[in-house]
Amino acid sequence: MYAQMVDTGLKEVRTADDMPPEERAFQARIDADIKIEPKDWMPEAYRRTLIRQISQHAHSEIVGMLPEGNWVTRAPTLKRKAILMAKIQDEAGHGLYLYSAAETLGISRDQMLADLHAGRAKYSSIFNYPTLTWADIGTIGWLVDGAAIMNQIPLCRCSYGPYARAMVRICKEESFHQRQGYDIMLAMSRGTDEQQAMAKDALARWWWPSLMMFGPSDAASVHSGQSAAWKIKLLSNDELRQRFVDQTVPQADFLGLTVPDPALRWNDETGHYDFGAIDWSEFHNVIKGNGPCNRDRLQARVNAWDEGAWVREAAMAHAEKRAAGAARAVASIQQQGRTA
Amino acid sequence: MTEWPLWEVFIRSQHGLAHKHVGSLHAPDAELAIRNARDVYTRRNEGISIWVVRSADVVASSPGDKEALFEPANSKVYRHPTFFPMPDEVKHI
Ligand SMILES: [Fe+2]
Ligand SMILES: [Fe+2]
Repeated sequence: MYAQMVDTGLKEVRTADDMPPEERAFQARIDADIKIEPKDWMPEAYRRTLIRQISQHAHSEIVGMLPEGNWVTRAPTLKRKAILMAKIQDEAGHGLYLYSAAETLGISRDQMLADLHAGRAKYSSIFNYPTLTWADIGTIGWLVDGAAIMNQIPLCRCSYGPYARAMVRICKEESFHQRQGYDIMLAMSRGTDEQQAMAKDALARWWWPSLMMFGPSDAASVHSGQSAAWKIKLLSNDELRQRFVDQTVPQADFLGLTVPDPALRWNDETGHYDFGAIDWSEFHNVIKGNGPCNRDRLQARVNAWDEGAWVREAAMAHAEKRAAGAARAVASIQQQGRTA
Repeated sequence: MTEWPLWEVFIRSQHGLAHKHVGSLHAPDAELAIRNARDVYTRRNEGISIWVVRSADVVASSPGDKEALFEPANSKVYRHPTFFPMPDEVKHI
């Protein structure tokens, strides 16, 4: 997902026998659906895993602004441009909510950004693909934000209070993103031959990467068991992926677009769609940094950070100067009071 | 360079309720904290008033004091109206 592969640092799920009393009490609170709050005692592995997961999620929100930003100046109408800017602004907000949630665990935002910029932290593989036509913007809203919602709704119930609350805010804002994307796809699939071709081509390119957003298959997800016990992962990758396919295929049908998977068919027995095998070598390749846009994305982030440094410094210097001026004024009034 | 300080943001919605904590943000001073809070936390008419407080200035109770602070209330059930059963014949009370 937005956090596709989160290492818990543990080889096996912790059992009650492995746990000292305070950890047993911690796990009992989680089992009873009581939220863990920043100042509560928590195992180091829980803290570290959450920092990894929440920061990956935050990085995905802000890196996700880049492929869309590519189309702000070329949106087909002023209305579409305003909508796209509002969506991108929301994503910046999502990044901020999540960085704040992670900061409550004792890591600074600067540190998280430094990890991202140095290539030590991951973000979702999906944002390493290019946005070639306007239909890509429609497809991203429809599929990528759609997949994000699917993952984020269960996380509103996760065990860590600040993360759960950030997810509630984010979920409230996301459904507009998915709908504006589908709205673009509706317009294009009812448009000229050229527009229809673009819609088809965009779906063909984004379908498989969207399915990969949910992360490796359950069989290959070594760390999911512990994350599930901690309730920071509430549904498995394969469950979420299946839900996404079941929900999305009828939407594609309505658009008159064909999902690029010859093995895709409705299964009456299971009540779900069967779908073809995912090319996991592509996924791992993109995660490793070899996707079509990994280098561009990271470079854009680093440039934004470096080129904004003078603004951050000037704002701080200005604030300090004003605070010092105010302190001097107070001191001189006090001085006058004493001499009078 | 050191990071901009952290601020806690409180918003009062239109319905006359008290300011409610909505999240936090970084800003160099109070003025920019309010502006940033406007941009981040009120994009959909969520509020008509904003408070910002430097996070470092918030004093919080610690989880370890939970019992000492909150336990005494548990035994004082007579503070709730339901503690006093009223005869059915008695109305409007
Ligand atoms: Fe988002
Ligand atoms: Fe979104």
